[in-house]
Amino acid sequence: MGKKTAKHHKHLEAGARIVDFGGWDMPLHYGSQKQEHHAVRQRAGMFDVSHMAIVDLAGAKAKEFLQHLLANDVAKLAEHGRALYSCMLNEQGGVIDDLIVYFLGDSRYRLVVNAGTREKDLAWIRMHAANYDVSVNERADLAMIAVQGPKARQLAAPCVDAEWREAALALKPFFAMSAGELFVARTGYTGEDGWEIVMPAARAAQMWDRLAAAGVEPCGLAARDTLRLEAAMNLYGLDMDESVSPLEAGLGWTIAWEPADREFIGRASAERMRDNPNRRRFVGLLLEDQGVLRSHQRVVVEGKEDGEITSGGFSPTLDRSIALARLPAGDEDRVRVEVRGKLLNVRVVKTPFVRDGQIRIQL
Amino acid sequence: MSELPGDLLYTNEHEWLRREDDGSVTVGITDHAQAALGDLVYVELPEVDQDVASGGDMAVVESVKAASDVYAPIDGTVVAVNEDLADDPEKINTDPYGEGWIVRLRPSGAVDEDELLSPEAYQELLDEEDA
Repeated sequence: MGKKTAKHHKHLEAGARIVDFGGWDMPLHYGSQKQEHHAVRQRAGMFDVSHMAIVDLAGAKAKEFLQHLLANDVAKLAEHGRALYSCMLNEQGGVIDDLIVYFLGDSRYRLVVNAGTREKDLAWIRMHAANYDVSVNERADLAMIAVQGPKARQLAAPCVDAEWREAALALKPFFAMSAGELFVARTGYTGEDGWEIVMPAARAAQMWDRLAAAGVEPCGLAARDTLRLEAAMNLYGLDMDESVSPLEAGLGWTIAWEPADREFIGRASAERMRDNPNRRRFVGLLLEDQGVLRSHQRVVVEGKEDGEITSGGFSPTLDRSIALARLPAGDEDRVRVEVRGKLLNVRVVKTPFVRDGQIRIQL
Repeated sequence: MSELPGDLLYTNEHEWLRREDDGSVTVGITDHAQAALGDLVYVELPEVDQDVASGGDMAVVESVKAASDVYAPIDGTVVAVNEDLADDPEKINTDPYGEGWIVRLRPSGAVDEDELLSPEAYQELLDEEDA
């Protein structure tokens, strides 16, 4: 059996189907993943994301450390509570992980990193932190629930103590604050508004119950995956990994090139990729024939080498199959995908497919 | 707990078979299988008149999360496919033993029931998987 989150028994009570995810026993879905998906797009759903690792950093040189460690620049975090999405690169310019960094103030930062990469991330962070005298504290004592959807903040607000509630509701996107024992962040991985709420693990089951009683639908990892795919948010391990540059994974916008003298890890490799005219492009695909696009399917581009679907699936909002794919450099807007020996017609589209409950592509 | 009709035969791969009065055999996937797959979104059906061999690929059912092969439980020829699944694959979720049937086969010889599972034997298989 894998490690269990603080809410494991809650998941079982709710009829969850449990799967192994990065060594954790996690709920795949509670009933219908399509229903869970629609609940998040239309109202509010919640995900136990306690398997993700929360890492607190502190030290007088914490900012300089993160300016070296991350491809995005924490100098952008001028205000307390502000959050930034970034890749952490290796020297070859490949992605060790993607993460969110929160500025807590007073030379303190909080990172939230992926579950499957926790061990290697911590080893990498600790190795580099040593040179900056920065403490690295993995917060296994904390749990995290993502509450997502147009009604998410409104329904979750009563779970925040009255003293902090108004300020929490006033948080702008990509801002966070401490609210007593809670840490409330207006971030997420669904393309909808909402909060990610961090709390002591011992309080998590109670929080889950309160949110459920408020009408927030328990959702599993399957719905989380279709939601993030529609929002064209990358999944580490599928859309990018240590062998892939963020510039070939649609994440070029997360690299802060200025100031030019900021020597972040992987910079030289990333600059070579930036200046490479044959750099592969990362695109959204919409299936025009019947079927379902899946990871690793071959994309046939007329007169060029093959591309590959990095993540694909069925979009409950569009009622069509969609995918993210890496293709050779070019501007083709029609390609074909091989599915069980047949070539299906696929259109290249500008992502996201869906954001804030609205379809953003031409069907 | 999966619903398990007593008048059907089953396979280790979670298909069910119903022997019809006209000698044909209707095939679908079990309630356990549909629950494991989750919401179905696409079904790839064989052609009518296509020959199938026991244990060979016959159809593909795709849920939101995964694609899964449906194997032919016997040697035979496809005499009908459930066209309704093209527009409404979720019939397999809502009624796996009824409107969610997938293929009807004409067996090429006698159906050897010893090669298939009785409801009791299939229930044992499910109990073992849960253990």
